[in-house]
Amino acid sequence: MSTATMTETAISLDEATRFIWAEADMLDRLDYKPWLPLWTRDGCYTIPVEHETQDFENQLNVAHDDEEMRQARVKRLLSGFSMSAAPPARTVRTVSRFVVTGEGEGRIDLRAAMVLVEYKYERTRVLAADVTYRLVREEGAIKLDRKVVRLANCDDYLHGIGYLL
Amino acid sequence: MSSTDYAALVKQDRVHTALYKDAAIFEEEMERIFKNTWVWVGHESELPGANTFKKSFVGNQPVIVTRDKAGEIRTLLNRCRHRAASVCEKKKGKQSVFVCPYHGWSYDIDGGLRKVPYADGYPEGLDREEFGLIKLRTEVYQGMIFATFKEDIEPLVEFLGPARKWMDLFMKQGAGFGVKVLGEHKFRFPGNWKIQLENTTDAYHFPIVHKTFLDSLDAETENIFDVIGSGGWVEDLGHGHSVMVMIPDLIDLDENLDAPIPDRFAELAEELRAEGHDEDAVRKIVRAVGGTGFNLNLFPNVACSMAFFRVLRPVGVAETEIQHVAIGMGDARTTPSPAGNRARLRLHEHFQGPMGFGTPDDAEGWERVQRGARAGDDLWIMLNRGSEAPEGRPQPGHNAGDASSEVGMRAAYQQWKRMMTA
Repeated sequence: MSTATMTETAISLDEATRFIWAEADMLDRLDYKPWLPLWTRDGCYTIPVEHETQDFENQLNVAHDDEEMRQARVKRLLSGFSMSAAPPARTVRTVSRFVVTGEGEGRIDLRAAMVLVEYKYERTRVLAADVTYRLVREEGAIKLDRKVVRLANCDDYLHGIGYLL
Repeated sequence: MSSTDYAALVKQDRVHTALYKDAAIFEEEMERIFKNTWVWVGHESELPGANTFKKSFVGNQPVIVTRDKAGEIRTLLNRCRHRAASVCEKKKGKQSVFVCPYHGWSYDIDGGLRKVPYADGYPEGLDREEFGLIKLRTEVYQGMIFATFKEDIEPLVEFLGPARKWMDLFMKQGAGFGVKVLGEHKFRFPGNWKIQLENTTDAYHFPIVHKTFLDSLDAETENIFDVIGSGGWVEDLGHGHSVMVMIPDLIDLDENLDAPIPDRFAELAEELRAEGHDEDAVRKIVRAVGGTGFNLNLFPNVACSMAFFRVLRPVGVAETEIQHVAIGMGDARTTPSPAGNRARLRLHEHFQGPMGFGTPDDAEGWERVQRGARAGDDLWIMLNRGSEAPEGRPQPGHNAGDASSEVGMRAAYQQWKRMMTA
């Protein structure tokens, strides 16, 4: 592979940031259908319960979704039959403080801070999370391969969350 | 002491909405119910060895549940005897001493006062015997640990009574390896604790509230979850306890072990064989993976619900914390099947937890009850649903109704009334 091709396949921080912001915007607008093809086929969407864990397979998570579960989740949230998601809370989130933690051919790993404000039924709540991403380039398009949302209070009590983090 | 006429607020087939929203009633409940009965504080597997502990609550009082070197389990109030600072703020762990961070009083794992810094500052002397952490009476059945403030209460096994049979059946989901806690989801909802207490043996809500969960299952599994039309029932087990049988075929996990392995578990069965389990063990684990076919509600704060423990903690008159404790196979020393436990974790995540396919909708429903209860001053919660139980199923002499009946709620509220008027 030539150096020129390598340069083409690498993902820059700028590209990654634009991608993550576009994803955040999609989720706040409940635009879940186009969110699904943002993922690689083996992509994994994880929201752990234990703050320090890396072994998501053998521990309890809030969510640990493969492609099938992501599809089922989106179907559920958009169905109109989930009491907690119809009507949905309004959310506004920002993702920032990006740190690149790894890079490879057609791949970038980042961690970032997310602050999400939720409003529903006269009540405003705040969720804070450290989020790690692995983005890969597949046939020219950037895709989500790993997304781990570590809520600051993940091992404490939460509340019913009727939207995607 | 309140002058409320509690008896008048609970009729045979309905209860008054004041029970959800009157702060004075809540305070009385903490005294008359939560300080006068056996309250669930944990599972033995959460104390896996000598000098291990976990934090918990009895009603709204913080406690530490500990296991000492000799294996004895105790429940200790989590407050220093000197100036009341909490002596433990870790969720769980292993240590032999709790040191109060404020003035350095230290306590052994059994609650005994070990050392007091500058003890000569008490010229009259300090009787250490007198100032240990306060112990609650603690007893265990089937690994479930209960504690009580009421020293002269009946033994735990008597309090559980006919519920014990169902606890024995529930623990069969350990597939012969015992049951252990794998993790827990915790969430709060802005509503009264009794709204959740009602929910565990309420099959009537299931197809409505959990439509999106049912839609996410394969056809075979969806059929199994036809909880109202499958010949199940709800039974009053005394002392406010009740059982709701949803899937009669899954009452006893030791039965029907010769049945073919369902397609959806074929992959798991392969993994189990690869782990080295013989065909009998594979069938046993596969049959146990989804849990039992019933929910057992133990008044006032814990349920054995299909494949998990559901624990409620009253926080305030309109604030309740729920733990959904994921359980798997294996005691403290063994991990019989990593694949089996992984399957259980994924099933737990599918329904339970703040983002499960079931829990957020339950929580929303409970919150709606609390919000709606504000409307009107003299309105009642109806608990009058209930047709005949299927022939021959319940224990003779027990009060029972079909799976969608409200027998379980009536049982719980009659116990509430007995305790509040005692």
